[in-house]
Amino acid sequence: MANPLKCDLCAKPATVHLTQIVNNKVHKVDLCETCAQAKGVTDPSGFSLADLLLKASLNPEQPTTGVRCEQCGFTQNDFKKHGRFGCPSCYETFKGIVEPMLDNMHKGTTHTGKVPQRALERKSLYDRLTKLELDLTEAIKSERYEDAARARDEISQVKQSVSSPPKSAR
Amino acid sequence: MTIASLIATPSELTDSASSKTAIVLMTRVRLARNLAGSAFPGWAKPAQREATLETCRAAVAATSPMKRSLNISIGELSELEKQILVERHLISRELIGAKSGAGVVISKDQAFSVMVNEEDHLRIQVLRSGFQLKKAWNAINELDSALEDHLDYAFSPTLGYLTACPTNLGTGMRASAMMHLPALVISNQMEKIVRAVNQLGMVVRGLFGEGSDASGSIFQISNQTTLGESEEEIIKRLHSVLQSIIEHELNAREKLLEADAGKLFDKIGRAYGILQNSHVLSSGEAMNLLSLLRLGIDLSIFPDASRCVIDRLLIEAQPGHLQHAQKGEFEPGQRDLLRAERLRAEFANFVRPDFTFSNSTGKN
Repeated sequence: MANPLKCDLCAKPATVHLTQIVNNKVHKVDLCETCAQAKGVTDPSGFSLADLLLKASLNPEQPTTGVRCEQCGFTQNDFKKHGRFGCPSCYETFKGIVEPMLDNMHKGTTHTGKVPQRALERKSLYDRLTKLELDLTEAIKSERYEDAARARDEISQVKQSVSSPPKSAR
Repeated sequence: MTIASLIATPSELTDSASSKTAIVLMTRVRLARNLAGSAFPGWAKPAQREATLETCRAAVAATSPMKRSLNISIGELSELEKQILVERHLISRELIGAKSGAGVVISKDQAFSVMVNEEDHLRIQVLRSGFQLKKAWNAINELDSALEDHLDYAFSPTLGYLTACPTNLGTGMRASAMMHLPALVISNQMEKIVRAVNQLGMVVRGLFGEGSDASGSIFQISNQTTLGESEEEIIKRLHSVLQSIIEHELNAREKLLEADAGKLFDKIGRAYGILQNSHVLSSGEAMNLLSLLRLGIDLSIFPDASRCVIDRLLIEAQPGHLQHAQKGEFEPGQRDLLRAERLRAEFANFVRPDFTFSNSTGKN
């Protein structure tokens, strides 16, 4: 062959070509002998291309962009090494590499299941409270007493609607 | 509750075995959850891990199913205790291997367990004996919502619950059933089943999850994908896959009996003989023999009432449980002697097989 396929995981020539159909989607990988052995491809039970594709999609020999998660300091190279992210914010930081991966990995790319409703409501109330308290301080500082009174009333309203204050709110 | 009293209590799985649990021994649902604004356990600094452990253990212990629960950090457990909890499916091998700052909360009845700082901050799971996917989901959904009152979960409207590994994004849910499929194994159909199940987006694994073998013809079947479908849809899909595997297993049993009942009875009869008389038994061999007897019960060769004995022994023949019963730690070679001794005693008075009325195929 003039242009032999390269292994998806390392650069050696690929000799194992695997196609798996999951959820009516075709997944293909090309591997060299060593990687195929190491990944257990030779044992068809319990082997899943999705896990493998996760690693494979990280492989392209493009130079790392040097993006670093502001929240936790995680880099794209770390993800390549661990296959897991550093913190929840990484999903925003590394959106560009997550999104293309999801299509192969999951049935869809958008969550349609359970939503932590109570926690989200609590968070939005808490955010509102923080903002109102800020407004109040500002208003008092700049002697806008009408605004301050309005903020104060709203604060007591919000506080009343939350019977028990959030325990783990940061 | 202490670890000693938890171990002394029979687990959810060794109990309440009935004909309903004939093919599906156990149902399990687990949810992966993380705290907003905290690094995932694998990336967090030791101090952060400790803080997460504190917060989560307190929040979990405050929920109603966890009243008088066992609430313990992994460092407080002996090697043997860890192994026993793994054999009961209450903690994972990964949790044992975790760095400092990992722990678990297990409900008094051992139906719920919440691992802290495994791959994710929280791995909430519920176990139910038999085929009870819907009930298991309802139970875990309730516990999850109760936890929401105390914890702020990392959640994105588009990606759902955010998890350390993108393969768990979305619902963060893995629902699974532990199935006893001896006839499909004997008739060499498992490979075909595994392939078909994979195509439907489900995964087949051995008894103890990823990378474990399927001794005793026991398999775990679970959903592969977690994003793009609601929990109910996943459960419904898994349910119908499991239902069709049950049908295949029953058909395979019928075919084995039709083709050569003598051969199948011979296997079961020999298993009975070995369990009564052997002096060296590895855990793998013991599992396979017990599995054949379990099949014998489904075929009415042994009375239905003995199924709970077999299901208890499937767990008690495991290395950790065996050593605990013998009050010591033993080399594998010694364990095989002890295991055989233990099973000889159990089977000395076990009902003899009756091969005359076995024309039923275990349908219930």
